[in-house]
Amino acid sequence: MLKLDKKDTTLFLVVIAMTLLAPFIMNPFPTDSGLAQFNAGYPDLMQRFAIFGIFAIGFNILFGLTGYLSFGHAAFLGVGSYAAVWMFKLLSFNILPAIFLAVLVAAIFSLAIGFVCLRRSGIYFSILTLAFAQMSFAMAYSVLSNPSFNLTNGETGLQVYADDPQILKGSGPDATHLFGLEMRNTFTLDVGAWAFQFNLGFYICAMFLILAFYISLRIFRSPFGLILRAIKTNQTRLNFTGTNSRPYTLAAFVISGMYAGLAGGLMAAMDPLAGAERMQWTASGEVVLMTILGGAGTLLGPILGAGFIKYFENIFSKINDSVLQSWFSFMPDGLSDFFVSIVHPFVGKGWHLTLGLLFMLVVTFLPGGLVEGGQKIWSRLRNKDKDGGAKSTATTPAE
Amino acid sequence: MSKLIFNRRGLIKSTAAVGAGLAMPTIFSRNAWAYTNEPKGDTVTLGFNVPQTGPYADEGADELLAQKLAVEHLNGEGDGGCLNTFTSKALKGNGILGKKVAYVTGDTQTKSDAARASAKSMIEKDGAVMINGGSSSGVAVAVQGLCQEAGVIFMAGLTHANDTTGKDRKANGFRHFFNAYMSAAALAPVLEKEMGSDRRAYHLTADYNWGWTQQESIAASTEAMGWETVNNVLTPLASTDFSSYITPVLNSGADVLVLNHYGGNMVNSLSNAIQFDLLNKQVNGKDFKIVVPLYSELMAAGAGDNIKGVLGSMNYNWQLDNEGSKQFVKSFGEKYGKPPSNSAQTCYAQVLLYADACERAGTFNPCGVVEALEGFDFDGLGNGKTSYRKEDHQCFKDVLVVRGAENPTTAYDTLEIVEITPTEQVTYAPDHPLFGGPEATLGTCNSGA
Repeated sequence: MLKLDKKDTTLFLVVIAMTLLAPFIMNPFPTDSGLAQFNAGYPDLMQRFAIFGIFAIGFNILFGLTGYLSFGHAAFLGVGSYAAVWMFKLLSFNILPAIFLAVLVAAIFSLAIGFVCLRRSGIYFSILTLAFAQMSFAMAYSVLSNPSFNLTNGETGLQVYADDPQILKGSGPDATHLFGLEMRNTFTLDVGAWAFQFNLGFYICAMFLILAFYISLRIFRSPFGLILRAIKTNQTRLNFTGTNSRPYTLAAFVISGMYAGLAGGLMAAMDPLAGAERMQWTASGEVVLMTILGGAGTLLGPILGAGFIKYFENIFSKINDSVLQSWFSFMPDGLSDFFVSIVHPFVGKGWHLTLGLLFMLVVTFLPGGLVEGGQKIWSRLRNKDKDGGAKSTATTPAE
Repeated sequence: MSKLIFNRRGLIKSTAAVGAGLAMPTIFSRNAWAYTNEPKGDTVTLGFNVPQTGPYADEGADELLAQKLAVEHLNGEGDGGCLNTFTSKALKGNGILGKKVAYVTGDTQTKSDAARASAKSMIEKDGAVMINGGSSSGVAVAVQGLCQEAGVIFMAGLTHANDTTGKDRKANGFRHFFNAYMSAAALAPVLEKEMGSDRRAYHLTADYNWGWTQQESIAASTEAMGWETVNNVLTPLASTDFSSYITPVLNSGADVLVLNHYGGNMVNSLSNAIQFDLLNKQVNGKDFKIVVPLYSELMAAGAGDNIKGVLGSMNYNWQLDNEGSKQFVKSFGEKYGKPPSNSAQTCYAQVLLYADACERAGTFNPCGVVEALEGFDFDGLGNGKTSYRKEDHQCFKDVLVVRGAENPTTAYDTLEIVEITPTEQVTYAPDHPLFGGPEATLGTCNSGA
């Protein structure tokens, strides 16, 4: 189907099912139970899963395939967001022109940056991209937000004001929408003790995620993808065969920049505000972590990694002492205090610590990321059933 | 798997199915709430959104402590705190409108995006009816916009830029903290008294929104009393070493240095200035002086001995001598073993004010709460007589001018109060040009219904 072989089709269908059924999958615990704390099935977080999934998939096309580690990818996400919000300010709250311009601007921006940075490889490339991204951040944070020429609105973040032109708005809605359907529309389905939220914005993001995944799948399986892998394996040898690798790396760079722009545009479409910190180096580092955590060079890895990190950021950071107290309240006083004090450093403001520990564990024991973990479990299960050794699944790492 | 064959008919069918799928949520959209997150059970949830990681994590931690204390007092636990001194007697210590107060916490990371994500999860997942706290004006403006859209009340925490209740003011948002204009208005007379009216000031300003508004405000007030602004140099926010910015100060003929910096920036720039021995210099026949318009306890602690004799302003200080303040310091001190900071008091007062407004309005409906808070005058929460202005939801109260103490006895009295500037002196018109001029409006309150 869709020019995919059987294994890829299965993988693609799994991704489609996972994204479309996310409101159920993310909400396994009844609303009133203590475990509801761990539910992630509310619109904002699901949107973030999808958006950062797109961002990481795009990053993986560059890093996973060519091995070029860009440390400045957040810059493209940022310009995408700014472009989208400007569309909201100038035209209307319709998300289509915004997303279109976001991708376009990110493409142009990444073409310019890629053209310069790709003259070097390895660590020099990483440092160059980092420098450009920090430059963009500084520009957005202060230089381009001075009162006489305010392009980014600095620290406060670019947002839509009531006195903006919005020439196409007419009597349209005052929130981001797709031809009148507002992104924030949510339908809550109450089934027994569960409340599942179906949010239009999330489904828009999910559609883009599926599309992004499909394109990435096709790139991975194409001759173009093969050359990209060749660049990662041994660029010098590739050059000796008479292939000029620069256009290929540049193309990969621009494509992944466009993915980032799409993610940025979608972020603005879900929440019409663009802040400079989206371009900061921590944001660039985050997408590297997502990709490595999930499994660089695998198809599914980046999505898993993105989900993993966003889950920790949004769910673990909200577990505070009073929640802990309620968990351990069944124990005698001294014992519950003891357990609370043990768990305390790892949740709430300590979510970075937990994430860091898990990252270390994954990198040490599963260099192929979460996907490798999944494969190991899968092959173990298989070996129990029949002795047909571990088959390579569709998600083998690039190397 | 068998190949799927696409034909026109199939395509139209599937497009229609997808379209219907997309339209589904809107058909059933919006349910039986009268307003966003109407509390239906026997509890009401407040959202405490503060920086728990990042540069302002310490302030965030203090805010959280104060907010927890406020919830205890609202639920009738502990010693009741400022419920005893608050001039409005609507709160009974039985929660809000008979519902027990619960709270959720989140981490803003001092980033607009993260703060909005965290606030959204509180609203969408936990059903919070009000978001309180935070540090940094960028975050405050971002979250305020979100709360306006979502239809919940926002009480800003530590935000000092004029814009929060200036050009970015929103009907659903309130600010208890003071702002850059007020700092300038309060400082100017003290500066005139201590330094005379023919000084030449040199500004170092953090290069972002807050820095600019503060510099603008200070320059306007000091120039009005006869000072000259020699130069204003913008410093990148990420700077840690300000030596290269300090050297030109000495050659500029300026005799006052104004540091429009906050947090780590201020600690570093002040330390550099002290290393250059600026305070012992004589320029134009006068002693060189340094002014830090916005102080906080944490900055004072970070700068250590360097702040001795340096003037600045504050929203609140625990040494303030009034009933509300004494009661609050006592409750906070007994529970946590230290005096509360400026930010702690702000967030504590805001929770109580919100609760009180709900009681008086008889509802959690944001529009009712807005109405109850607008133009509300009260006393007994620590700042003395206070009022919330209707036009821009800015709080008006006395502003403290403080100075780094020469001989602090403990880690907590490093700042001493020089003057309590009365409210009238820091009041401005709601359509003041520094606050967005006549175009700035609150809009209408949004209850999310």
